[in-house]
Amino acid sequence: MTGLLGNSILEICYIAASITFILGLKMLSSPDKARKGNLYAAYGMGLAIVATILFKEEFSSEKTLNYVLIFAGLLVGTLIGTRMALKVKMTAMPQMVSFFNGMGGACAAVISLVEFDHLMHTGEFDLGLIIVIVLGLIIGSVSFSGSIIAYGKLEGKIGDKALPAGQILNIVLLLGILGLGAYVTVMDVPNEMFIYIILGLSLLYGILFVMPIGGADMPVVISLLNSFTGMAAAFGGFLYDNQAMLTGGILVGSAGTILTVLMCQAMNRSLTNVIIGSFGGGGAAAGGDKEQGTVKEVTATDAAILLAYASKVSVVPGYGLAVAQAQHTVHSLEKALEEKGIDFTYAIHPVAGRMPGHMNVLLAEADVPYPKLLEMEDANDQMANTDVVLVIGANDVVNPAAENDPSSPIYGMPIIDVLSAKNIIVMKRSMGKGYAGIENELFFHDKNRMLFGDAKDSLESLISEVKNL
Amino acid sequence: MDQILTLFYENREFIFLIIVSIFLGIEVISNVPAVLHTPLMSGANAIHGVVIIGSIIIMLEADPTNYFALILGFLAVVLGTLNVVGGFVVTNRMLEMFKKKDKK
Repeated sequence: MTGLLGNSILEICYIAASITFILGLKMLSSPDKARKGNLYAAYGMGLAIVATILFKEEFSSEKTLNYVLIFAGLLVGTLIGTRMALKVKMTAMPQMVSFFNGMGGACAAVISLVEFDHLMHTGEFDLGLIIVIVLGLIIGSVSFSGSIIAYGKLEGKIGDKALPAGQILNIVLLLGILGLGAYVTVMDVPNEMFIYIILGLSLLYGILFVMPIGGADMPVVISLLNSFTGMAAAFGGFLYDNQAMLTGGILVGSAGTILTVLMCQAMNRSLTNVIIGSFGGGGAAAGGDKEQGTVKEVTATDAAILLAYASKVSVVPGYGLAVAQAQHTVHSLEKALEEKGIDFTYAIHPVAGRMPGHMNVLLAEADVPYPKLLEMEDANDQMANTDVVLVIGANDVVNPAAENDPSSPIYGMPIIDVLSAKNIIVMKRSMGKGYAGIENELFFHDKNRMLFGDAKDSLESLISEVKNL
Repeated sequence: MDQILTLFYENREFIFLIIVSIFLGIEVISNVPAVLHTPLMSGANAIHGVVIIGSIIIMLEADPTNYFALILGFLAVVLGTLNVVGGFVVTNRMLEMFKKKDKK
């Protein structure tokens, strides 16, 4: 059904979808409404998809193949997507988001390719259309290849590699892509070959752009690429005069950019610094070997005694906790200590884990009550009254070098002020360095004791010791 | 110059919509607490999957004998669906955990 009625229904569905996207994003800002918000946005998306299939074009029997392919594509995508999303471990969430983001970018790039081909056949070289197609292609391809590299790096399949003079190469490449793009738009009869050159160079740029960026900065990059894909979707909206694509894309584009900035602020770094500075690559060289002092070890029994006679205990969880799958165990320790009347909270650094909020998701998975998770400012305010701080698998977020060593690559990043607490126990696998690849003088501090071992095993022995007391 | 001005004039409503949407996006996001940043990023990721509409339009408009458009269009539908479905399911999984807390 098309005609006036069909078109009106289609537009109403698009308006409804746009509203659900806005509401969905808005509701994601409060923990009790977030899930509903996500579902609303999903319903809106479903509505927009169904309405497009039903009302965009009149069904004609010679296009049966088109419809079959649409439904086949939807089915294949749904099956694979659901399977991947349900199978992925909570600790692997960041790379999963990155992967799905890459798929969206690829979708936008493919749309641009087809539309350009269409343009070549019809011969209607509208300036606006060509600009939108070229921009969608560039941004979509960069987002795709960049996201896949980010996915590979977080999965540990791809290491940090920086080409010599990589930044200059990147800038030259970017200028080349933009120049070619501009050239294609002003050509009288665009040459199809240029489009494929732009595609290739954009894919290469995405790879080279993400390749040198260190793992600690990966969340920022994923968030940035997320907003890129949003923009690519918005260009698609231009292309098809489609308001749902436009509002959805722009919303994500702007929201993603702000989120990227918020993440950078949490690490006290500027976005340019993240992109050009390549944190992880150069970090190891900085901050040479200073006089290190001695490390005091503690046994699980002594640590348990310290905990059991405290009145306020705080845990600083890090990625190590997630890797050891110890979020449930730490919750058991919380219950064991609470039975003894001990106040037990979690101090969450904004970038704990691999993404802002990642640690909260992991602890929520283990049924840790939401009010027990303190944000950094609140946690630091309470630190002076805390008897024991238990640092589990965290390193850089408690490194005092961020406050007192201007030569340190993490200098200026806000940290959890564990040194204000009366006692510190750091649970670590070994004396290895954190993600930023630098030493942590906290380990050598007077107040600090080290409890070496796998986070989960150590926590389990702590629990049994606490229960025996 | 004329061409650019025409382009601007013809698309003025779109440009208006874009500017309002940019501010709306910033406004909506700025109140999100850090705890929800990961689900938010994931939810936003699912929403830009709206690009799938474009791939469906390609398929609807493609000539049934234009295999280039049909094959790439099919690929785009699969990619877009992966983005949409995967994104929403992953976000829902993350948020399900927060939900459990509230009932207690």
